[in-house]
Amino acid sequence: MSIINLTIDNKKVSIEKGQTILDAAKKVNVRIPTLCHHEDLCVAGNCRVCVVEVEGSKTLSASCAVPAEDGMVVKTNTPKVRNARKDIVALLVSEHNTQCTTCYRSMNCELQALSAEYNIDNNRYLSVLKPNIEIDRSSWSIEKDDSKCVRCQRCVRTCAELQHVNALTVSGKGKDMKISTFMDLPLNEAICTNCGQCVIHCPTGALTERRYFDRVWEAIGNEKKHVVINTAPSVRVAIGEMLGYPVGSRVTGKMVTSLKRLGVDSVLDTDFSADLTIVEEGYELLQRLRKALVENDTSIKLPMITSCSPGWVKFIEHIFPEHLGHLSTCKSPQQMFGALSKTYYAEKKGIDPKDIVSISIMPCAAKKFEANRPEMNDSGYRDIDAGLTTRELGHMINQAGLNFAELEDSEFDSIMGESTGAGAIFGATGGVMEAALRTAYELVTGRDVPFDNLNILPVRGMEGIKEAAIKLENCLPDWSFLEGVELKVAVAHGLINARKIMDQVAAGKSPYHFIEVMACPGGCIGGGGQPIPTNDEIRKKRAEAIYEEDMNMPVRKSHKNPEIIKIYKEFLKEPLGEVSHRLLHTSYKKRNHY
Amino acid sequence: MIQTKNLVKELVDKHGCSRNNLLPILQGVVADENYLTEKAMVEVAKALDLSSAEVYGTASFYSYLFTKPVGKNVIRVCKTISCKMSGKQKIVQAIEKLLKIKMGETTRDKQFTLIESNCLGWCHKGPVMLVNDDVYSEITPEKAIDIIRDLDPKHLTDF
Amino acid sequence: MGYKGLKKVDIIFDCANCEPLEVLKKALAMTPDQIIEQIISSGLRGRGGAGFPTGLKWKLAKAEKSDVKYVICNADEGEPGTFKDREILDVVPSKVLVGMAICAYAIGAKEGFVYLRNEYNFLLKDLNPLIEKFNKNIQNLGLDFTIKMFSGSGAYICGEESALFESMEGKRGEPRNKPPYPTKIGYNGKPTVINNVETLVYCTMIIRIGVEPFKKLGTSDSRGSKVFSISGDTTKAGIYELELGIGVDEFVKEFGNGDTKAVQIGGASGFCVPRKDFKNKIIGFEGVPTGGSMMIFNSSRSMYNVLKDYLEFFAEESCGQCTPCRVGTQQLLKGIEAIKRGEKPSSYLNQLLKLTETMKVASKCGLGQSVQNSFSSIVNNFREEMIY
Ligand SMILES: Cc1cc2nc3c(=O)[nH]c(=O)nc-3n(C[C@H](O)[C@H](O)[C@H](O)COP(=O)(O)O)c2cc1C
Ligand code: SF4
Ligand code: SF4
Ligand code: SF4
Ligand code: SF4
Ligand code: FES
Ligand code: FES
Repeated sequence: MSIINLTIDNKKVSIEKGQTILDAAKKVNVRIPTLCHHEDLCVAGNCRVCVVEVEGSKTLSASCAVPAEDGMVVKTNTPKVRNARKDIVALLVSEHNTQCTTCYRSMNCELQALSAEYNIDNNRYLSVLKPNIEIDRSSWSIEKDDSKCVRCQRCVRTCAELQHVNALTVSGKGKDMKISTFMDLPLNEAICTNCGQCVIHCPTGALTERRYFDRVWEAIGNEKKHVVINTAPSVRVAIGEMLGYPVGSRVTGKMVTSLKRLGVDSVLDTDFSADLTIVEEGYELLQRLRKALVENDTSIKLPMITSCSPGWVKFIEHIFPEHLGHLSTCKSPQQMFGALSKTYYAEKKGIDPKDIVSISIMPCAAKKFEANRPEMNDSGYRDIDAGLTTRELGHMINQAGLNFAELEDSEFDSIMGESTGAGAIFGATGGVMEAALRTAYELVTGRDVPFDNLNILPVRGMEGIKEAAIKLENCLPDWSFLEGVELKVAVAHGLINARKIMDQVAAGKSPYHFIEVMACPGGCIGGGGQPIPTNDEIRKKRAEAIYEEDMNMPVRKSHKNPEIIKIYKEFLKEPLGEVSHRLLHTSYKKRNHY
Repeated sequence: MIQTKNLVKELVDKHGCSRNNLLPILQGVVADENYLTEKAMVEVAKALDLSSAEVYGTASFYSYLFTKPVGKNVIRVCKTISCKMSGKQKIVQAIEKLLKIKMGETTRDKQFTLIESNCLGWCHKGPVMLVNDDVYSEITPEKAIDIIRDLDPKHLTDF
Repeated sequence: MGYKGLKKVDIIFDCANCEPLEVLKKALAMTPDQIIEQIISSGLRGRGGAGFPTGLKWKLAKAEKSDVKYVICNADEGEPGTFKDREILDVVPSKVLVGMAICAYAIGAKEGFVYLRNEYNFLLKDLNPLIEKFNKNIQNLGLDFTIKMFSGSGAYICGEESALFESMEGKRGEPRNKPPYPTKIGYNGKPTVINNVETLVYCTMIIRIGVEPFKKLGTSDSRGSKVFSISGDTTKAGIYELELGIGVDEFVKEFGNGDTKAVQIGGASGFCVPRKDFKNKIIGFEGVPTGGSMMIFNSSRSMYNVLKDYLEFFAEESCGQCTPCRVGTQQLLKGIEAIKRGEKPSSYLNQLLKLTETMKVASKCGLGQSVQNSFSSIVNNFREEMIY
């Protein structure tokens, strides 16, 4: 790599060849406004907001797209540049439904910020907003409002580059160009996985999650209803960002207090049901291995693949419908929680399940869809009544007028509020695998996993596909058939990586026994329901916070969670038992591929 | 349905199954079925390992790849300035009257669709119209009517 | 400015001088560098509109190290008022193919495409068999090069070179960011020379007749002759090959019908020259450049209607990806309509003129960048017609 030198606003900068002018500007702390640019995505260069003047060029250059050259002289704030930028933002505003007062992304919108920064006069141009744009609310998860779209194509690039789903496309041309699905079908008929990655990459309010907080407020306000909320592991390390905390802050205690202050009857922990998932899934894996290795049962599908990411589940239902047998039958922690909240919890608390409203706070958009899958009513009721995102919770806390920073810490309620470090790391890519190995290895050998401090580092980090292998030796008598087996596992996050893993599986060439897949890059900490912005740096910080959370837990193995031990004793009886099957396991359906 | 499937298969065999072959394949479907049905786009997506949205998004960029139903014969009248100056409006009116449709519409029997087009590249001989692949230049309203009659005499007497 | 007299030229369609394969043989007897040198010294600049020096383009492509390179003939001719490429492909197609083969030999390409606009599909009947025969012939001459046809699907923007590549790659015809330029990264990511139909024929003819007969025509900035597509208020509408560097007044004298109020040179993306400027404008790269479109307007024509027509064209034919062009074209169209209806004051024209400046400096490709040409030249010269 050769190094080149250029000047930007009279500052000298050296940078690797191949980097853009924008990269170079960042290096010397010159901020250039952008809109279509996103760190996660390839260059588009279509919004033109980032234009700068390059000496010797008649036209302006889009700094996000033009490579820096040796000897370049760049000016980012000349009258020519400012006029053009201002005009461009004014043009975007002129094709926009400028109703910030009623917009979900207000105060967190890149167009709004640019418009404020450049003090745009809404009357500079005529409105060319298309009339009669209907908001698509067909999906349980995603809301699409083309009247707020700036046509930056970030969503299209996200769905293609990060997720390889390509549910979204650009259609038409010229004045009719827009973001659309196949044949402009409503989103619920598209092959959309509901992952919500397009939502967190959209700079405006054009793509948002469907909001359900009004339902929650209603339930809270209803005396007759008993509202239980479970909060996912990755929410506690991200919600702070909505409330003035720096990225990566752990605010678990304050979050619990705030929920109590909202008037929720019982604040519980999804980490509990994550632990439960680990136990069920761990046993399922061992059972599959036994059937495959000992009983030579050819109907058993290996590798087994995790099923706790509903975006991933819908993806495989669409794209690899022939291979659903590889999915673990375990429900996701959210749905296990829901089913138990209206059975076990109701029984223990002596509350009529019909009066229980079970809510989850999730880093995820797909969980909304999952909660509404028709089959998710094994408790006899809708297992989960509403799934909210981290962002929605942030809004609720603000709506309640709470001063989050001033809140004292408090503990989760009981029962189903106790958790372990293993449950906590579910929130980061590799976490499920790590938790599962901690439990499975110990079940089989009676010893701790052979890693320092139980930290299975090979499955951590942001690499798209990670692999690990653990040799099972000196197995307990029950598991002697596994003696000497090298357990091979893989972890994929982001659906583009999931597809790579699945291509291998489909070709019958997968070398693994067990695979963890999360739909979102980074796992849940980078979920479609997390605070905006989300990018690589932010994902890393949230993940670090999750691992700190784990290190600070007294118990760090799912099967050692006292409440888990208790629920098996009192209610479920045994892993994969009859009750488990009824409440905690599920089946999948084939969906259209195109 | 089966027909569409076979058609797409034939076209893919002929042109190849990489994305570079997408436009020739879609052109082939249009040549045979007048426009791209949902079914056809899905089949093409399958064959080229694309999502159906990508196929639709690409097709909808191009004015010759219809994603909505059109008639068997597509009449395009040039609307650009030279043809405007040489009287394209009279041609349009004559055709509208003959076919009893408005600009942009398709006859009820799905025989004809009338649309406007940007410059067709015959400006020195305007007004110009393109019927399917055939160019007719220096047309008069009478000539336009004859041309359309010749294409489907039966249809027009039935009207 | 010393004007050249209006001289009709006969290079492009000259058939006495077109034994195409003989020309190719002559080229193959030269070294690639000699060919490129000859094209450079002829001063030939691209005839598709942008006017990039052709020899230099070839030289850049030759310098790229790549096993795969392409030669593409741009026959997407979509600029309103242009129809000369169609005529060339109809009358002297072999000369075009030879031009491609010479280029392929010069830069080291093995595959070439003619990107033909869909509207010209009727040409395929003759072109397909011709190309088939031609491919055999050049193989026989020992040149490893094959030409294929590629039909467009109806989109003016696909005439822009990088949009054309996207389209050939089965995608939406959205122009790419530049740099990199096609000679480095073109079709399929490989070094590509893309030339206009007419440019390629001049290449053939420069090899055939030598540099001098070409070079002695035109001016120092605009060497040679060019094929013009003439339409509008004229009794001589049609295709003419004329020397470059002629004055607009001479042009009007020859082709106007006595009442010419303005000539639009270069189509919707070109410039409008009003009567008062006929005398001091010349047609060529240093004056008013053109891809060949010449539209003549008489006094009776409303320049408002002309401008509106162009703006409708741009609003439809913009690819729509970049903000200045997608929204700008709509604003200009809506804006002049609003002024005409009296809903906006005439001073709003100034705002719109400023907008075209933004479009010119900030649009991603030549389409958005050149909207200002016609807009400002029409508005500035016919302001009253815009308002009343
Ligand atoms: C909007 C737009 C449309 C264009 N259309 C054409 C065209 O139809 N034919 C053409 O030869 N060049 C067209 N060009 C120019 C090409 O991008 C390219 O410069 C040209 O094909 C190069 O060939 P030349 O150097 O021989 O002129 C267009 C450019 C733009 C920006
Ligand atoms: S998307 Fe942004 S600019 Fe548009 S209405 Fe919402 S907050 Fe305002
Ligand atoms: S939710 Fe996910 S799958 Fe659906 S459109 Fe958005 S990015 Fe694509
Ligand atoms: S929906 Fe959002 S991300 Fe997609 S193009 Fe519109 S503004 Fe950009
Ligand atoms: S200038 Fe116009 S045609 Fe060119 S890229 Fe931008 S929107 Fe597309
Ligand atoms: S941020 Fe550079 S063009 Fe959009
Ligand atoms: S203007 Fe009608 S063909 Fe060119």
